[in-house]
Amino acid sequence: MRSEPYSFEPPGPSQAVLVRLAGFTRVLRHHGFAVGLKESEDAARVLSSDAAQRPLTLRAALKALLSARRSDWEQFDGLFDAYWLDRGRRRVVRITSNPDATAISTAGERKAAGDRQLEAGLAEPVAGAAGDPSAEANGVGRMQGASRAEQLSKTDFRKLADAESIAEAHALAARLARLMRTRFSRRERARSKGRRLDMRRTIRRNICHGGVPIERIWRRKKRKPLRLVVLLDVSGSMNLYTSVFVRFIHGVLDHFHEAEAFLFHTRLVHVSPALREKDAGRALERLALLAEGAGGGTRIGDSLATFNRWHAAAVLNSRTCVMIISDGYDTGTPAALAAEMRQLARRCRRIVWLNPMIGWEGYQPSAQGMQAALPFVDLFAPAHNLQSLAALEPYLARL
Amino acid sequence: MAMTREEISERLAAAGYVADRELPIVLQLMEMLGRPLLLEGEAGVGKTEVAKALAAVHASRLIRLQCYEGLDQSTALYEWNYQHQLLAIRAREAAGTDPDAVERDIFSTRFLLERPLLAAIRRDDRPVLLIDEVDRADEEFEAFLLELLSDFQVSIPELGTITAQSIPRVVLTSNGTRELSDALRRRCLYHYIDYPDVERETRIILTRVPGIATGLALQIARLVEGVRKEELRKTPGVAETIDWAAALVGLKVTNLNDAPDTAYDTLRCLLKTQEDRARLTREVAARLLGRVA
Repeated sequence: MRSEPYSFEPPGPSQAVLVRLAGFTRVLRHHGFAVGLKESEDAARVLSSDAAQRPLTLRAALKALLSARRSDWEQFDGLFDAYWLDRGRRRVVRITSNPDATAISTAGERKAAGDRQLEAGLAEPVAGAAGDPSAEANGVGRMQGASRAEQLSKTDFRKLADAESIAEAHALAARLARLMRTRFSRRERARSKGRRLDMRRTIRRNICHGGVPIERIWRRKKRKPLRLVVLLDVSGSMNLYTSVFVRFIHGVLDHFHEAEAFLFHTRLVHVSPALREKDAGRALERLALLAEGAGGGTRIGDSLATFNRWHAAAVLNSRTCVMIISDGYDTGTPAALAAEMRQLARRCRRIVWLNPMIGWEGYQPSAQGMQAALPFVDLFAPAHNLQSLAALEPYLARL
Repeated sequence: MAMTREEISERLAAAGYVADRELPIVLQLMEMLGRPLLLEGEAGVGKTEVAKALAAVHASRLIRLQCYEGLDQSTALYEWNYQHQLLAIRAREAAGTDPDAVERDIFSTRFLLERPLLAAIRRDDRPVLLIDEVDRADEEFEAFLLELLSDFQVSIPELGTITAQSIPRVVLTSNGTRELSDALRRRCLYHYIDYPDVERETRIILTRVPGIATGLALQIARLVEGVRKEELRKTPGVAETIDWAAALVGLKVTNLNDAPDTAYDTLRCLLKTQEDRARLTREVAARLLGRVA
């Protein structure tokens, strides 16, 4: 082994402790930790070392070993205490294996509520389907403007399973991906043709000719694909359009080389990991949990603030196009929205705002939030269905 | 012989690094399991300092690889010194040396330019290898790094395989500009460094700024904690706190409340953008200062 062995190693942990440890790693995996065999092995070594003498040091040691990201790091202490010290057990409620799910809400009760909803939803698939037409009827006399209430109901993302519309949305997203042309970056790489001579590699290549530069190697700019980040408003006022756009996002994630997707209503949720799930059933389960609260009011400013604060550094770069799909009805203050839009505009290449309401006759973007956001938007366009999205192609190609 | 936790804490303190409670345990674990350590945290919380302190703890050399987009093997691992090789070829041609001997000589370690990764595994005194801001490097480089970190050997086609003389202690840092692969994360021990609390920050100031009074250090730490709670574009890190403390000591301030104007004027050590300066007005500063007293 790499480190020097202890001169007098205490006897290994007893069988009972090892069984407990296996149980603990199972609990961790359940909470989204990536714990492999090698880690379990090392954890057993930690248990037999002097770090295991006190619970606090053991906790710190196992925390460093078994967590791999910040969300793991933050929930580890609670899980450890619950499992080994039998403390605060009520706080630990089963959540999905999605690490982002922990970021959504910290209150155990809320997760529990989500779970109950999920169970109820699974038990009555027929009821969900029957709820469909009523939802659409609801949409005709739909509220204009946002409501402040956080409606804790599951929006029906089940339509996602409709194979035909998935195919259609996917095809559209694939076309967009091709159209949004790749950019040249400043980095160069060696090529057989190019603009500038790569001296170093040329000399290296011609060593076999005794240093006479017979073959030349050139440098040329690297092509980099544009990255697309989609922020989709799933609040009550967007009810009619949500399912269409969720399909669209699904296609975007499949076809774009680099893409990320977020849903927002009163909170912002990162949904790319859930939508990338290969198993459709699992994807739906995770979405249903994430979408808790969808269909209620909107706080665009707050959601953008969350995005800027926690996600922007990881998903934005100078080649990123941010696509916001929202009607601009906001219950937050316009000033806050404007400040966040300014921040966002500074960090990405382009902002596209797709507004389903523009498709309506006589619509003026008069919502206060919309007014505040408009100065920072590079392209403001209608999008009330897949057809209007397709009509965007030429614009997006020029971005 | 492995060091105990207490020894590690003592040596960290002697090296001028004020650690949080869990770090010594993690460093001890690193020694025991031989795993690399992945550090994450906001910019300016002292991630790089940990590697420096670790080198001091083990009295070994620190080898640093700064990652950036487009980093490749020739800048990270090794490269042949082509110009030197060419010169040597020409010189031996003129002298009429046997071509086989020339070839053997040309691809010897004499003409090899060591880059940080190779340098780290060729040393026999277990250096600390700091791979800074690994999230800035491309994914391909990360995959290569993963291979190196599990085998600790490098194959150079012209020379053969070079196996590590000793396994370096590896510290990786990340700022979260890109999501790292699960494989790399799993390979490493993980430690998240947060902004220090008031007590720890006070001790940091006392260690790093010679001649500062304990009272002032405490005031500074409290005020900085308040500033960090304001919604700023660039939250001040520990380095900024130290700068500010040094500035105040230089201006012979002993109590922030006695010299609110000087305190406000020197706040620019903490605030690095025009927007933040505009946000932290005199009134806000006075309010924060009022809480500190």
